[in-house]
Amino acid sequence: MDYQLIWVLLIAVAVFSYVTLDGFDLGVGILFPFIKDPAKRGRMMNTVAPVWDGNETWLILGGGGLYAAFPLAYSLLMTAFYIPVFTMLLALVFRGVAFEFRFKSKNHQKHWDFAFSAGSIIAAAMQGAMLGGFIEGIAVENGRFVGGAFDWLSPFSIFCATAVVVGYGLLGTGWLIMKMEGDFQGNLRRLAKPAVIWMAANLGVVSLMTTYVNPAYAQRWFELPNMLYLAPIPIVTVGLLYWLWHAVKKREKTVFGITLGIFLLCYLGFGITLYPNIVPPMITFRDAAAPENSLAFMLVGAVVLLPIILTYTAYAYWVFRGKTGDEGYH
Amino acid sequence: MLDAELLARIQFAFTVSFHIIFPSFTIGLASFLFVLEALWLRTKDETYLSLYKFWMKIFALAFGMGVVSGIVMSYQFGTNWGPFSEFTGGVIGPLLAYEVLSAFFLEAGFLGIMLFGLNRVGPKLHFTATTMVAIGTLFSAFWILSANSWMQTPDGYVIENGRAVVSSWIDAIFNPSFPYRLVHMVLAAYLTTALVVGAVGAWHLMRDRENRAAKIMFSMAMWMAAILGPIQIFAGDLHGLNTLEHQPAKVAAMEGHFETREGAPLILFGMPDMEEEETKYAVEIPKLGSLILTHEWDGKITGLKDFAPEDRPNAPIVFWTFRIMVGLGVLMALLGIASVIARLRKKLYSCGYLHRFALLMGPSGFIAILAGWFTTEVGRQPWVVYGLMRTSEAGSPVVPTAIAGSLIAFVVVYAIVFGVGTAYILRAMIKDPRAAHVPEDSEIMRAGGRQSTAAHPPVAGE
Repeated sequence: MDYQLIWVLLIAVAVFSYVTLDGFDLGVGILFPFIKDPAKRGRMMNTVAPVWDGNETWLILGGGGLYAAFPLAYSLLMTAFYIPVFTMLLALVFRGVAFEFRFKSKNHQKHWDFAFSAGSIIAAAMQGAMLGGFIEGIAVENGRFVGGAFDWLSPFSIFCATAVVVGYGLLGTGWLIMKMEGDFQGNLRRLAKPAVIWMAANLGVVSLMTTYVNPAYAQRWFELPNMLYLAPIPIVTVGLLYWLWHAVKKREKTVFGITLGIFLLCYLGFGITLYPNIVPPMITFRDAAAPENSLAFMLVGAVVLLPIILTYTAYAYWVFRGKTGDEGYH
Repeated sequence: MLDAELLARIQFAFTVSFHIIFPSFTIGLASFLFVLEALWLRTKDETYLSLYKFWMKIFALAFGMGVVSGIVMSYQFGTNWGPFSEFTGGVIGPLLAYEVLSAFFLEAGFLGIMLFGLNRVGPKLHFTATTMVAIGTLFSAFWILSANSWMQTPDGYVIENGRAVVSSWIDAIFNPSFPYRLVHMVLAAYLTTALVVGAVGAWHLMRDRENRAAKIMFSMAMWMAAILGPIQIFAGDLHGLNTLEHQPAKVAAMEGHFETREGAPLILFGMPDMEEEETKYAVEIPKLGSLILTHEWDGKITGLKDFAPEDRPNAPIVFWTFRIMVGLGVLMALLGIASVIARLRKKLYSCGYLHRFALLMGPSGFIAILAGWFTTEVGRQPWVVYGLMRTSEAGSPVVPTAIAGSLIAFVVVYAIVFGVGTAYILRAMIKDPRAAHVPEDSEIMRAGGRQSTAAHPPVAGE
């Protein structure tokens, strides 16, 4: 069995699960500046309070899985993204504790709302910046990172950072449209419209800029016959954006669903661009892989446990299905 | 002066020390909540539900802080300890992956139901959720202690192309120090939680001796201290003997022994001096050191001088943290014994001295756990993986300013976040536990009321 390939796919799935699941709950925080009413903010937070912890566990699986399956990539990426990784982690500390702290003191509430919101925005922005830095590539010689502490920072990575913030914000809006009712839902729909346009513009710009970053990326997409096989990805994305624009006006659950679809296609496009590199532009997942027997040992656990995890995670979402009211245990 | 290695070590020590406080509390608390809910379901006594809700709020705060400080840990191996990650990725990586898959998801998946779901799923399924969270905390302890123990006493591996590759998973997971460390740490977590619960119970009893909820928690906590305190001393002794077998330099530092000799004394106090290679101002009991460590009056004890200077751990730190841990452990056992005496004399709920003692001992479990971890981790030095990789070879090629900057950021952020969080926890602890659950329909309606209009009614302003 090709354990290395299975594991690179599994980690890709874990990262995608993280991006979509924590994406919408970070998105809820990203929307806080647009919703001022403390009671509404409390309700927004409670839509994700029962599930955020599970969502963030995918981030640990992504990091831990990378350490276990591709130690060299883990070591190189964490060293190269030292500043954004730590900034993201500290931002996640602030927003994570805000779920509890917000309800513990009325005097402090606005501070924790700010922590939740700023933490969500900064965490999303850092993920976007790392995405940009990742696409641009990392300076490696003889298996050691030889770049500088700010190599990840560039106009392109800054643009990716805003794109991710907007994308997560839209995902959060879709989630909340599904979970909220009445006037508040109407507010959210009005917020969603400009976000759809903004996201469409971001996607176009990031896609085009990516092909400029590295000629190999352009080749992969524009060479024949690849171009024909890959054409459905951008075409379907455009179709989904169009559908999303219309769904925003009246549909309840579709907005979230379509946005997830767009994220999936972007993620696929990203994977196709970079494959088989795990530390672009040089190191492939095969170069970075852990010993075969480690991969095999972990696969046993993943095969047994992942279906169980998915089952109870789905159950937890099902328990809290439907509209969220003002309930809480605080 | 402060090089990258030392800064990275300080950063790891700082972040992991803050982190371990929360899981060691939530491991015990999750099991306590499991017991409380089981008692409620069995007896239908609403006081147990009050206690459950009271401690659940505290659990939620502590768990949240444990999660966010834990995510930091899972990335720090790569940011600051890249070569270590590459060397151990094939061994420790899978153990951590199993921890995430078997423990973290289980805890996180059921935590939401545990905190928010009682009225949605009913008591039985809710109890299942509590059980899963409790099991998850124990699974987590299993894997992380296996990983740490492998760094202390690596086994079941071969070195290939400059990295550790597992030759036997059973030997790697159940490496020689793992069973002892696991038992010692889980007992420590239970004991720590019992001491906190006992202190909170004592606080409320000091205000109202007839507070039934306080009586119940105080009594349960004192049983735990009375039973686990002595067991922990015994388990710790076994762990020490295991360390003597596999990491004699660590034990020499713990005991402050520089000379190798037969019939070595037990040094109670003193100042180990690494330069002069002796423990100054030693207060010692002849021969007792050999008796404790070898169970023979004239047993041979290896001193630090038998190890090359570059292979010795820092004796002053190890010596003193070990004494802090042992001293607190003895006090814990004494508290347990005192509580048994008070109980036999029917004064458990009225003895003011006992309550004050229990209150003072409230934080002692955390201090003992930190001291114990400093003993074992500093005692492992200068190795990051004992005998295989030196700490000096394990650091990432990051400039010291980046590490110093992130260290300062951690200190500032953790001071704010965990300082405030601890204040919220203390505030939750001094509320009357009887008020946590009012057995009235109105309350249940409000808690579960999807039609309710009041936003977070009862607590927000308190």
